[in-house]
Amino acid sequence: MKRCISMLLALLMLGCFLSLSACSSSSSDNADAEEDGEEASRGYQGEVNVYNWGEYISPGDDGTVDVIDEFEKQYHIKVNYTNFETNEELYNVLTNSNSTYDVIIPSDYMVARLREEGLLEKIDFSNIPNYKYIDERFKNMAYDPDNEYSVPYTWGFVAIGYNTEMIEEGSVTGFKDLWNADYKDDGILMFNNSRDAMAIAMQLCDPPIDPGSTSFTRDDIDRATDKLIEQKSVLKKYVMDQVFTEMEGNQSGIAPYYAGDIMTMMDNNDALTYCLPEEGSNLFNDAMCIPATCKNKENAELFINFMCEPEIAAANAEYICYGTPNTGALEYLDEEILESELFNPPDEYLDKCYAFSNIDDDIYAYMQKRFVEACSASAEVSSIEKKTVNPTAVWAVGAILLAIILATIVIIVLDIRKAVRNRGRINKL
Amino acid sequence: MKTKRPAIPYIGWMLVFTIVPLVMVIYYAFTDAQGHFSLEPFQNAAVYSEVFLYSLWIALISTFICLVLAYPLAFSISRCSERSQSMIVMFLMVPMWMNFLLRIYAWVLILQNYGPLDMILNFFGVDVTLIGNSGAVIVGMVYEFLPFMILPLHTVMSKIDSSLIEAAQDLGCSGFYVFRKVVFPLSVPGIISGVTMVFVPTASTFLVAQYLGGTQFMIGDVIERVFQSDHNTGSAIAVVLMVVILGFLVFMNRFGDKEAVNG
Repeated sequence: MKRCISMLLALLMLGCFLSLSACSSSSSDNADAEEDGEEASRGYQGEVNVYNWGEYISPGDDGTVDVIDEFEKQYHIKVNYTNFETNEELYNVLTNSNSTYDVIIPSDYMVARLREEGLLEKIDFSNIPNYKYIDERFKNMAYDPDNEYSVPYTWGFVAIGYNTEMIEEGSVTGFKDLWNADYKDDGILMFNNSRDAMAIAMQLCDPPIDPGSTSFTRDDIDRATDKLIEQKSVLKKYVMDQVFTEMEGNQSGIAPYYAGDIMTMMDNNDALTYCLPEEGSNLFNDAMCIPATCKNKENAELFINFMCEPEIAAANAEYICYGTPNTGALEYLDEEILESELFNPPDEYLDKCYAFSNIDDDIYAYMQKRFVEACSASAEVSSIEKKTVNPTAVWAVGAILLAIILATIVIIVLDIRKAVRNRGRINKL
Repeated sequence: MKTKRPAIPYIGWMLVFTIVPLVMVIYYAFTDAQGHFSLEPFQNAAVYSEVFLYSLWIALISTFICLVLAYPLAFSISRCSERSQSMIVMFLMVPMWMNFLLRIYAWVLILQNYGPLDMILNFFGVDVTLIGNSGAVIVGMVYEFLPFMILPLHTVMSKIDSSLIEAAQDLGCSGFYVFRKVVFPLSVPGIISGVTMVFVPTASTFLVAQYLGGTQFMIGDVIERVFQSDHNTGSAIAVVLMVVILGFLVFMNRFGDKEAVNG
């Protein structure tokens, strides 16, 4: 009976979801119109284009502070807020398209890369008085040694989240469990970006490769790729933001992800718990920067300064559950959050962690290439042979191409001959 | 000459947004990162042959299922009164008013573990994983692209004069013979455009496999991912895909011509 009811409820929910989504798409026009009206009444005197990670700012629902709205109210500057999913996506948008952003929030190694390629604008720190709140520990970082281009926004590290209803609590100890065939049926997830996935694989290689190294060889990357391909036979999926629905909805049992996000997931699903991997993990730092192509530098600095207000920094930290480098924010945060190991890991653990450094373009491109190859390798064959190229498939594609080209030529020749013959016939007539 | 003038805006559009990008893709496919002529991108692309074949296979199956589902439906719609025809066609279009991603996401919710379908099956003692496999990808594809099969079929079939069918029956044709000698030959152009409109996007689409499939990518996903770091290899894969689709189109048109002549 219970099953019946829950089944019905699920169906009902599905119906609601479908009708809601239908409604929301049809009413978006109205919302736009309203927004325009509001815009006029608010009298915006400028705009600032912010490009940030998904779910990386306090949004204003469920009693949280609406940071963007607060900023707009205070400064009468319109915030155009858009999201990216990976640092690489951000890099591509900045280098390949004409879209201009005023504030971007890349991770450490990407800040270094953008800075070295001259894609960042120097920040005028006299416009950012709140910089005084930034913890000394997060100044003079390797990615911006002279503190000229970036203002730290968050810091965090990679941990493992798992579902205690599927996997016994305490049995997960480190990244090696992501290769554990016992958990295959529970659903093992993996990072869908080359840098994080390769780093985990490198730690597990024998002998391990230091993922924080500045100089990987191609051989290192090949070994890590083999390790990733080995994982494919037990892996359910490569995910980024999808990890939330997968883990919160009990769809998958275990996933490596950023500690702050694991905290968010644990809030939404009581069955979830975490593990600080025994191998140590990636310690990262996201920082606010101004791209060289920016059009509203003053507004961008206003925005960055606003994000460093202790209350605002605390609201953001509370929502995204990542560590904040803002010393002023700590007093606004709940005890509970400050005590969590995921927010404030013990020093012994941090000592085991490593930060990414900027690596050569060549090697980085090679890493991305090998990662896509690992992703597209088929699980059955490759895990045994550890090869990503399947010669039969190559020949098959070659044969198809050849057949198509030949057939096209034959058809064209036939058509021409037919046309010539027809013309001949007409001439005879 | 005069009659061509109204087409100028589109020709301009096509030049800038179709021809130029096409030339660029081909240019990238045959050069290396430094811009010199090279076949290296194709060598790199060879790694993805398996994914490529898998995508073509999924596209073929999806197209076939779409055809089987759409053909009888389109025929029965075309025999309805004109008013109900437009109503039914409108209802068929309703799902397309929703965003593509939302529709795929709805399928994720339906097929997921502990989702409605999974629970119904569990209730009857069937324990299967519905999501994360090729079957789920095909279901998603068929759902996404079925309207593209129905619409051209319906358009062509609604133009088949009922008196032709009656005439065939009067002359003693059995039901199957009417279909073979009258309905099918006349509907071939619809089949061709329907199959084209389903096969081409299913072969190259992305995201569907990422949401509904497991670790197995489709070629569209690969192109997207490869393009992020390596334009040349990405273009090479795209060129191979274009050649295959072009071949497919040539084949379909050829087949269509013959059928039309014989019919």
